[in-house]
Amino acid sequence: MVEIICAGFGGQGVLTTGLIIAHSAMMLGKEVTWYPSYGSEMRGGTANCTVKISDGKIASPCTKKPDIVCALNAPAVDKFESSIKPSGYLFVNDSLVDPQRSYRSDIHVVRVPMSEIAIRLGNPKGANLVMLGAVAQHTGIFTLDELEEQVAHYFAKKGKVNPKNADCLRAGAML
Amino acid sequence: MAKELMKGNEALAEAAIRAGCRFYSGYPITPQTEILEYLSWRMDEVGGTFVQTESELAGVNMLLGAAAAGARALTSSAGPGFSLKQEGISYLVAADLPAVIIDVMRIGTGLGDIAQGQGDYWQLTRGGGHGDYHTIVLAPASVQENCDMMQVAFQLAEKYRHPVLVASDAAIGQMMEGVELPPMTEHDIDSYDWAVRGCLPGDSPRKIQNTYYTRPDYVEYLREKYASMEANEQRWESYMTEDADVVLVAYGISSRISREAVDMARAQGLKLGLIRPITLWPFPVKAFDACPKAKAFMTVEINILGQMVDDVKLAVSSRCPVGFHGSFFSLPEPEEIIEQAKSLMEKEGI
Amino acid sequence: MKLKAPESVFSSASFCPGCGHGLASRLIGEVAEELGIQHSLVTVVDVACCSFNIDYWKFDTIMAAHGRDIPTAVGVKHVRPGSSVLAYMGDGAAYSIGMAETIHAALRNDNICVIVINNSVFGMTGGQMAPTTLPGEKTATSPKGKDPTRYGTLSGVELLKHMDIAYLARGELVGSAGMIKAKKLIKSAFQHQLKGDGFSLVELLSPCPTNLNLPPVKARDFVHNEMTKYFPTGVFIDKGGVE
Repeated sequence: MVEIICAGFGGQGVLTTGLIIAHSAMMLGKEVTWYPSYGSEMRGGTANCTVKISDGKIASPCTKKPDIVCALNAPAVDKFESSIKPSGYLFVNDSLVDPQRSYRSDIHVVRVPMSEIAIRLGNPKGANLVMLGAVAQHTGIFTLDELEEQVAHYFAKKGKVNPKNADCLRAGAML
Repeated sequence: MAKELMKGNEALAEAAIRAGCRFYSGYPITPQTEILEYLSWRMDEVGGTFVQTESELAGVNMLLGAAAAGARALTSSAGPGFSLKQEGISYLVAADLPAVIIDVMRIGTGLGDIAQGQGDYWQLTRGGGHGDYHTIVLAPASVQENCDMMQVAFQLAEKYRHPVLVASDAAIGQMMEGVELPPMTEHDIDSYDWAVRGCLPGDSPRKIQNTYYTRPDYVEYLREKYASMEANEQRWESYMTEDADVVLVAYGISSRISREAVDMARAQGLKLGLIRPITLWPFPVKAFDACPKAKAFMTVEINILGQMVDDVKLAVSSRCPVGFHGSFFSLPEPEEIIEQAKSLMEKEGI
Repeated sequence: MKLKAPESVFSSASFCPGCGHGLASRLIGEVAEELGIQHSLVTVVDVACCSFNIDYWKFDTIMAAHGRDIPTAVGVKHVRPGSSVLAYMGDGAAYSIGMAETIHAALRNDNICVIVINNSVFGMTGGQMAPTTLPGEKTATSPKGKDPTRYGTLSGVELLKHMDIAYLARGELVGSAGMIKAKKLIKSAFQHQLKGDGFSLVELLSPCPTNLNLPPVKARDFVHNEMTKYFPTGVFIDKGGVE
């Protein structure tokens, strides 16, 4: 069982990030759950979702001790860093978090200037995709190729084909 | 068949369409609003009717009109809004009308909160409106079951000419899981002789009203109807109850977490089991016959007072103590369930 | 000319002597037959006095919850668009407990006919004050007369006048001229529905001798002389006409 929390500002594609993770894992034959913050919880500008991936049935869609946290902004780090299981992963959007910030030493912290990379690649809304590339590279929950296929599929279904999405994924995986 | 990743609420909506439902009327309230949003475009695609009504009262009474005209009709709400639906549910029952009403439960009394909860067990199972009646209440525990149970709900509604309630909750409604969607079925609005459509010469006019006015055998008829539901429609799942010392009783999202608690407890040598009511009414009393070793029962619910405890006490005729683990605002945790079971055993000397 | 009761109406109505309901029921039966819709018409009646019609009409009929006739009728119309659908209710249902339902069906311009029997009181429950009770009018819950400083008098028709609906009219179930006019209003409302124009509402001022504590003739005079001051009769909306 892998438990993942994605968090950030509304509009950063936080829920989409989780959705792509869940969908990709489902296509690989896994059981998945995706659970969002919803209703008035969403209106305050922050959003998060929990994704669980398992070979067997999943009981609760929530977790208090995630294996992986994808933090797209500083409040997300503040809120979820302490909950990560020892040896777990914290992916940090370094573009929006104080570079002097110190982190727990018993977890893997992967710092990527996601927003900057996305802007540089001409895909300013793609910071979450840079994050996904890094997640694939470091955690092995799916390969970069599998992820790329699912991302293409996800956006094609929405009628938003954009070759720069793959660039963002690959850039995230290189770091 | 390929799986689709769907939200529980959207799965309810799509499954209703695939069950031949072509009429929906309802009002927005969190956490069930995705049902409206989905059906607002999906009904158009299949040539059905979607009406966003001015209130839950209008929603349920419009549903009554559609049901009386022979359609497979749906409305939905949550907590405070579901309370308002009770007027119409009582009238649907009184007039022998089939319909499906979804309650995506939330937490708390009054406004309460939109957080995940199981706050409506009492108003779902007690005949929450006026008069004496019950309705079959189905409690899905996954997005897939949201799909599967919509088909069952419409079938049971028509089998008994009676409204059927679907007790979903915020966790299942908001959650996404992989689902296999059922095939599309069509429903003929002229399938039922009783549905209003206009009275042809020589025919007797159809009257949709309280059957009390038209059935000389009203009392016996109703008693038999409910007895038949109680005898034939109890649904449940039992998990490791044969040798369990303490049997958990939980439905919906709580049942999934309770099952995990059973596995964790067994790994520690603690013999827990689980009865998961799939119908909240009729309550699956038959399930309690298959717990020969049980020395105590404990419900696991997301509410404060333990709304299901009394039903379990009745089911075991008070021969065993019945405990309760309640969480408020958050989903229960398996570790907490096990701790509570242990303290129940200690208290009862098990 | 041979006078004949409409076949759509059973003869055994037992409304109170002098009540307007029986007259309205018959007019609706006559109109249905003249328009040839008597075999497709579905009626929805409110509880209380209106509900007696479920046994007087030879139409498929639903008895709705108090004040919920309009949404119930709208539900029927969506499922059976080929049927003419009538919601038949009192002023308490239309303008008190069911006010939201009335206004919003008008706002959606739902293609149904609504007939409101306005007798200025809650009839079945024993003549209590209604939004339509006239200032100073004595009722079971305004024994000293309705105090206009505490309870206003509401004209539902006035509220609906500026809405984008097919037809809006008020008549009175008083005297032969009133009856002829009332029938014409009812007929126009159904003609609009047949044309698919949308929402039509006809309010019929109606005597309730029992609850007004008046002999039938005096109750009729009360409607004609007093109620019409607050509730003027006429056609207020007739979108595109029906001829």
